[in-house]
Amino acid sequence: MATVMETQNGIKQTLAYPQKKPAPRVWRLLKAYPLVFLGGILVLGLIFVAVFAPQLQHFNPNQQFQNGLSAMGGPLPPNSTFVFGTDDLGRDIFSRVLFGARVSLEVGVFSSIISLFIGTSLGIISGYFGKFVDTVIMRLTDIMLAFPLILFVVALVASLGQSITNLFIAIGVLGWAVTARVVRAQVLSVKEYEYVQAAKALGASNWRILTKIIFPNIIPPVIVLTTLSIGNNMLLESTLSYLGIGVAPPNASWGNMLAEGQQVFQYAPWLLYYPGLALLLAVLGFNLLGDGLREAFNPRRVR
Amino acid sequence: MISYIIRRLGGSVIVLFGIALITFILAYAVPSDPARMILGQHATLQQVDALRKQMGLDEPFIQQFGNYLMNIIHGNLGFSFLQNLPVATLIGQRLPATFQLALVAWLMELIIGLPIGVFMALKDRKMTDHVFNLVSLIGISLPTFFVGLELMYWVAYRANLFPVGGTGGLSFVILPGLTYGITGAAYYSRLLKSSMVDVLNSDYIRTARAKGAAPLRVIMGHAFRNAIIPVITYGATDIGALFGGIVVIEDVFGYSGIGQMAVQAINNLDTPIIMGTVLFAAVFVVAFNFIVDLLYGLIDPRITY
Repeated sequence: MATVMETQNGIKQTLAYPQKKPAPRVWRLLKAYPLVFLGGILVLGLIFVAVFAPQLQHFNPNQQFQNGLSAMGGPLPPNSTFVFGTDDLGRDIFSRVLFGARVSLEVGVFSSIISLFIGTSLGIISGYFGKFVDTVIMRLTDIMLAFPLILFVVALVASLGQSITNLFIAIGVLGWAVTARVVRAQVLSVKEYEYVQAAKALGASNWRILTKIIFPNIIPPVIVLTTLSIGNNMLLESTLSYLGIGVAPPNASWGNMLAEGQQVFQYAPWLLYYPGLALLLAVLGFNLLGDGLREAFNPRRVR
Repeated sequence: MISYIIRRLGGSVIVLFGIALITFILAYAVPSDPARMILGQHATLQQVDALRKQMGLDEPFIQQFGNYLMNIIHGNLGFSFLQNLPVATLIGQRLPATFQLALVAWLMELIIGLPIGVFMALKDRKMTDHVFNLVSLIGISLPTFFVGLELMYWVAYRANLFPVGGTGGLSFVILPGLTYGITGAAYYSRLLKSSMVDVLNSDYIRTARAKGAAPLRVIMGHAFRNAIIPVITYGATDIGALFGGIVVIEDVFGYSGIGQMAVQAINNLDTPIIMGTVLFAAVFVVAFNFIVDLLYGLIDPRITY
């Protein structure tokens, strides 16, 4: 135990063997990775807004208000009734931004789960069984990576039909290549560990080695990749909605709000600020979190 | 070396074949009848059937795919449904505009990204590191079309320095290029910075410093030259992707490049153009990946095949 004594002036001092009591874990982490916490706050904020959008909304996001338009019939700048202003149809931008968070998060999370599942499975199979299976899967990965992703997703959504579900299916089904590559590399390195050899020598089944040894070892990089991919896929969703292929009007998505704003932004620039900043902060949150976690998981990092 | 090139070339051909196959399946699955699209709403059923037969649309899947492949090999990417021109010609028309934009966008990335990378590597302290991480991640998180629209508003519309959009001379390329530069530069800075920090901590840099080499010479002559290797790799794949068309930014600025043509084709369900542009973009990616792999050996003598 540390020997801590308080001197007269109230300053704590360690005596003899200075075994300083370690600062609380959370505090140490916060000091080492302040950006992770910033990212965490942004992500939690986004989740909160997405979940409680109906409670937080000021107005129905799709309703067009007579008093939401100026005398000339143009959009209103931010004011006390409409805190973020209105768009050219007289709808409340604040409420629309809230509901945009829902779509964004929904597409980001579900599409990432789909690619996570496909990528991890293929990566494990490829890395563990090697040989012919590996060659086939890695070629397939090369093919997926050579595709212009946006065009590919757009074409797939066009043939599936335009809906939010098809949107995240398309993004998820096409976005697994990077995960598969990383997982495969990780499996290849774990496979060489001596304790895997030992387990094999003891007669452990493939299934047992995969689930008990390989799988736990690929979790850290997969968590990092998934976090980053949620942010990326949110960006992709808004891009597609901006191009008019994602979320269909009148429903709000940050992407289609920006597309609508583009029509009138010369005299109503606020139509771009709020959805644009919301999108930036949301994506930034996931990127900060993912990047920080990568650092935190990095075994080479000197602590 | 020769056997490596041949193997690598074989791999590229397989990848391109796979892309052609997937694109074809996708186009096959699109719920639209090309014959009906070409003839329009008022054509009779007999006319549509006749055209279907003429276009080979009633043949089995394998046969159709075979025909498609043979046509590609002969440089025939098919005919646009709506414009009734060969897809290859349409892509050719937009090629100069896309190349021009790609080159400017790429240079903007380098001009913004590389100096920041070197600077941050030299100032590698805990606090500056956090700031750099935050700023570069903001750059990566920026939606390209948002940056494009804001630049359009402030620089083109308010300050009136550049045209708001369209295609033409160099002045039309600056803003779309800058948009790409702002959102893409962070990848270069991050890559160069981490690579540079590794190099600066290596033994030969310490030796060079101990010998008393001038600091600038150590940084630019010794460290930068070695740290730039991963950046060259990334840069080559990056410009490969850019040459295939910059889908979103071209659309924002109404720039008539290949990316914009692809988006319009998707909105019109003009399948041959969609397939042509996807294949075109993929060829560039595959080709530049191939070049990068060969370049490796030239830039880094430690690598042998």
